[in-house]
Amino acid sequence: MLRFVVSRIVSALPVVLGVACLVFLLIHLTPGDPVDVLLGESAQAADRMALRHALGLDQPLHLQLLHYLQALARFDLGVSVYSQRPVLDLLLERVPATLQLAAAALAVAIAIALPLGVVAAVRRGTAWDHAAMSYALVGAALPNFWLGPLLVLLFSVWLGWLPVSGREGLASLVLPALTLGTGMAAILARMTRSTLLEVLGEDYIRTARAKGLPERAVVLRHGLRNALLPIVTLLGLQLGALLGGAVITETIFSWPGIGQLTIEAIQRRDYPVVQGCVLFISLAYVVVNTATDLVYGWLDPRVRSGGE
Amino acid sequence: MGARLLPGMVLLAWLAMAIAGPLLPLQPDAVDLTRILAPPAHGAWLGYDDLGRPVWDRLVMGARTAFLVAFWVVSVSALLGTLIGTVSGYFGGVWDRVTVRLIDVFLAFPGMLLAIALAGVLGPGLGNAVIALVSVGWVGYARLARAQVLSLKHRDHVAAARALGAGHARIVTRHLIPLVAAPLIVEATFGIAAAVTAEAGLSFLGLGVQPPHASWGSMIRDGARYMLAAPHAVIAPGAALALVVLSVNLLGDRLRDRLDVRSRPGTG
Repeated sequence: MLRFVVSRIVSALPVVLGVACLVFLLIHLTPGDPVDVLLGESAQAADRMALRHALGLDQPLHLQLLHYLQALARFDLGVSVYSQRPVLDLLLERVPATLQLAAAALAVAIAIALPLGVVAAVRRGTAWDHAAMSYALVGAALPNFWLGPLLVLLFSVWLGWLPVSGREGLASLVLPALTLGTGMAAILARMTRSTLLEVLGEDYIRTARAKGLPERAVVLRHGLRNALLPIVTLLGLQLGALLGGAVITETIFSWPGIGQLTIEAIQRRDYPVVQGCVLFISLAYVVVNTATDLVYGWLDPRVRSGGE
Repeated sequence: MGARLLPGMVLLAWLAMAIAGPLLPLQPDAVDLTRILAPPAHGAWLGYDDLGRPVWDRLVMGARTAFLVAFWVVSVSALLGTLIGTVSGYFGGVWDRVTVRLIDVFLAFPGMLLAIALAGVLGPGLGNAVIALVSVGWVGYARLARAQVLSLKHRDHVAAARALGAGHARIVTRHLIPLVAAPLIVEATFGIAAAVTAEAGLSFLGLGVQPPHASWGSMIRDGARYMLAAPHAVIAPGAALALVVLSVNLLGDRLRDRLDVRSRPGTG
């Protein structure tokens, strides 16, 4: 088990390094000189020099990269050009909101997808199945930047039940979580159905039925539990889409998380903050995926021994 | 039978309108201040937007934007990704190891986040949106093509081709790529839906098409501001988008079943 854990973590390290390098290169993709973009055309030469020096842009590229990585190792993500505050502080302020939204969306997705997927698999080919899979198809087709406004229109504007935007109390979490969770629920429901169908065809399910277990126990205890492994993996992978989608969802609902910070920083051309946000979210994604791998290995001994 | 044809017909209709858009008697940019947010009425059956422009006319031009971006993003990503993945899997060695690392690094980013950041840094505009989406999009094709080629390159027919004196280029283009095409075509089909959604997403954030050009995404953004007064301005573009994405996904599912490609869970 220890070897498995170590090998997973070691294989994640080059990815982390690569992510950091790519994020570093982001600022060099700006058309023209980033300093001109930041200060405008009319800036004084001295100011330009000062900012260029402050951002380290007066050094050769490989040295800049080295300094960037060295600073990262000290958890120094630079300073916001706009607010002059450390990027890490800005990020940490926003983490709780994004975590809360992601967790709530995940909960929404699971709460919708598991029952739908199970019902669709157990009642395969019936109207239940068709209804569940139609939901999955439609849910996957609704972009969150449309679903969000529609939910606001329905629940806030017409019915007046929930706040339009902001983050005040649990009521304000409902619509963002629904918006973000629906797409994931759609993918998850399809996956649950197909995995469960596969598992229900196994010999041990026939055994469980043959020994007279009630159908509910067969499906939930013997079927769903074995189907959970691929579902957990999918959850890990889908978290990337969730975090990417959070950028848009947070913008729709003025949810003060990292996604909203990303868009604000892009609009202000605050490149150190843009870099910090992208790096932070991507690293979170890498960590979660590595953790998913570890959980998977812990749950299923076959993963630990095989494949490596 | 009619239901089976529906997704294809929906797509063809939109595509035809998108292509014919400039030839149709449309006035997508005609501002009419007397008709700001006017509801659907005779002659303008989707009403007017916040500048008094006809929503239907803008919807058609938005389809043009969506399909244009989807065309470039999917074709360039698929070609680039297939080429990189196939060459990498076929030749192996250092180049392959570098490619695998690169693919791993790109997959470590939530796709939409990287596209947003790239489009944001490159600056708004349709061209930059395409570049941003291709930068994210090639990875899936590369990974798929590489995995397929790895499992195919030791097959007998490849050895036979080599024994007959076929060069690398011929083996790759005539003996490998035709066999890896099926899953890539399925991937590309779903890629159309992803590209249409992503373009609208970028435009929603103000990073895609710039005004006065129409995009379904920017129409949703502008419409959402006046939702209370004029729900039609936000409902129409979203419905168009969802309808196209749904149709593409249905066709993709069917294609996957037809070509018997093992279903694969989506990845970020």
